[in-house]
Amino acid sequence: MGMTMTQKILAAHTGLENVVPGQLIEADLDLVLGNDITTPVAVTEFTKTGVNKVFDKSKVAIVPDHFTPNKDIKAAEQCKLVREFACKMEVENYFEIGQMGIEHCLIPEKGLAVPGDLIIGADSHTCTYGALGAFSTGVGSTDMAAGMATGKAWFKVPAALKFVLKGKPQGWVSGKDVILHIIGMIGVDGALYKSMEFMGEGLINLSMDDRFTMANMAIEAGAKNGIFMVDERTIEYVKEHSTRSYKVYEPDSDAVYEKEYVIDLSTIRPTVAFPHLPDNTRTIDEVGDVSIDQVVIGSCTNGRMEDLRVTAKILKGKKVKKGIRCIVFPGTQNIYLQAVKEGLVTDIVEAGAVFSTPTCGPCLGGHMGILAKGERAVSTTNRNFVGRMGHVESEVYLASPAVAAASALTGKITDPDDI
Amino acid sequence: MKAKGKVFRYQDNVDTDVIIPARHLNTSDPKELASHCMEDIDKDFIKNVKNGDIIVADKNFGCGSSREHAPIAIKASGISCVIATTFARIFYRNAINIGLPIMECEEAVKGTEQGDELEVDFDTGLIRNLTKGTTFNAQPFPEFMQKIIAADGLINYIKTK
Repeated sequence: MGMTMTQKILAAHTGLENVVPGQLIEADLDLVLGNDITTPVAVTEFTKTGVNKVFDKSKVAIVPDHFTPNKDIKAAEQCKLVREFACKMEVENYFEIGQMGIEHCLIPEKGLAVPGDLIIGADSHTCTYGALGAFSTGVGSTDMAAGMATGKAWFKVPAALKFVLKGKPQGWVSGKDVILHIIGMIGVDGALYKSMEFMGEGLINLSMDDRFTMANMAIEAGAKNGIFMVDERTIEYVKEHSTRSYKVYEPDSDAVYEKEYVIDLSTIRPTVAFPHLPDNTRTIDEVGDVSIDQVVIGSCTNGRMEDLRVTAKILKGKKVKKGIRCIVFPGTQNIYLQAVKEGLVTDIVEAGAVFSTPTCGPCLGGHMGILAKGERAVSTTNRNFVGRMGHVESEVYLASPAVAAASALTGKITDPDDI
Repeated sequence: MKAKGKVFRYQDNVDTDVIIPARHLNTSDPKELASHCMEDIDKDFIKNVKNGDIIVADKNFGCGSSREHAPIAIKASGISCVIATTFARIFYRNAINIGLPIMECEEAVKGTEQGDELEVDFDTGLIRNLTKGTTFNAQPFPEFMQKIIAADGLINYIKTK
């Protein structure tokens, strides 16, 4: 029986010729990742193993990004614990404030994820690196601890869903709209326990930033991982960012998929997920009149260069509507600096928006943009669950940076074409 | 190993943000986490939960974040077992890894209401609804996972290897 990209990577990291869906395996890890929320629990569990060093100092990455810069005393204590652990274990890829970024923007930028890798991270959006043709998946703190101690993790080999992309996105449509469209179509558990495998002639019309956004939200359909076929754009990105050797896995022609979806990118409209689930989607033509209080642009989903460029393009020379708070936060220090060099920060700040240091803060209701009771935000982040960004009676509408920026100018959810 | 307790019944897609909201993630103390467990969808949960009680929910329980704080908070609140139609995958492995018993059984979920008394046998997968006098069979865990649960979590399992 032929294998999918995911199954091939899992087999290769287990030393097996072949794996089949449902099979339980123990695989070798190329990278184990954690942040300031999940690593403290992992440190406690790691200590219990009795192992006194990590399996490979170059294959562990720790990025304090959630409640940083430290939002309160308790967060500061957690970050201190993480910092001391990283120092004691001589973790090579520990990124302190000043060098850090939002982990899933930072890891590819630092060249720590390449095609063919098998990566676990104690953060659900670790699935982002599937954009590079790697198998990467979110796990909990105990898995992170076990991974750091042994360099291995257990997996159940997933069945697969195939997404054949064709055509070219039109107008303001980006990877965010494509993945919201897909989640709206298959539901928040539509890919539960499965891999989402993206391929097809339309792939070349999606930038790497589009693909990162799409792979990032595979978890929002319940998927174990999302993975993209490697093409020349992937190789170009990897050569630019990494010196590591990589391996390209292509699916067998007789690989088995539980379902196949053909997605015509040219027909997708800007898409918005209404509260309180990412699959509660409507096209921009169907949203109606939704007034808002806040706009958030950034996160591991949409904090990359293209996201900031489109934001600045829409905001430039205009003003955020009076009474609306617009908060923009870049994914990494490098992205921040590039945005400064390109003049994007000037355009964004002159429009009356905030330009923040990289942090996960507002996305999960941590800090830097919490919502009050009854408030509404349009956000380029990934989840709109009850209470996600603040008060339990606040609301989050998920959208692309283009829709979010356009909405900041009008104070209601707006089609960027209408600006 | 058996569990017996009163049921807290929830619907589809109970996400980790409502199991333990991120505003409380500046700690990893199980007792402190438990004191906020489910507060955004059921503020009476923590007042009423007793040791041994059981959560029963529909599809995709535990979707969202990878925070292990979610099963930790549930376990520390006294809940002995979670039964759902399906679980989100990271929650599923986190629960196994920290030794919180979970079971997938759609029939049992459909046949159970808030406040029912359930008895669950983890070895056989037998679920008895004592209030309604009905029984259901859940799929027992694969052997590999039984070993992790028997060792009281992944870390102890690794230590024994």
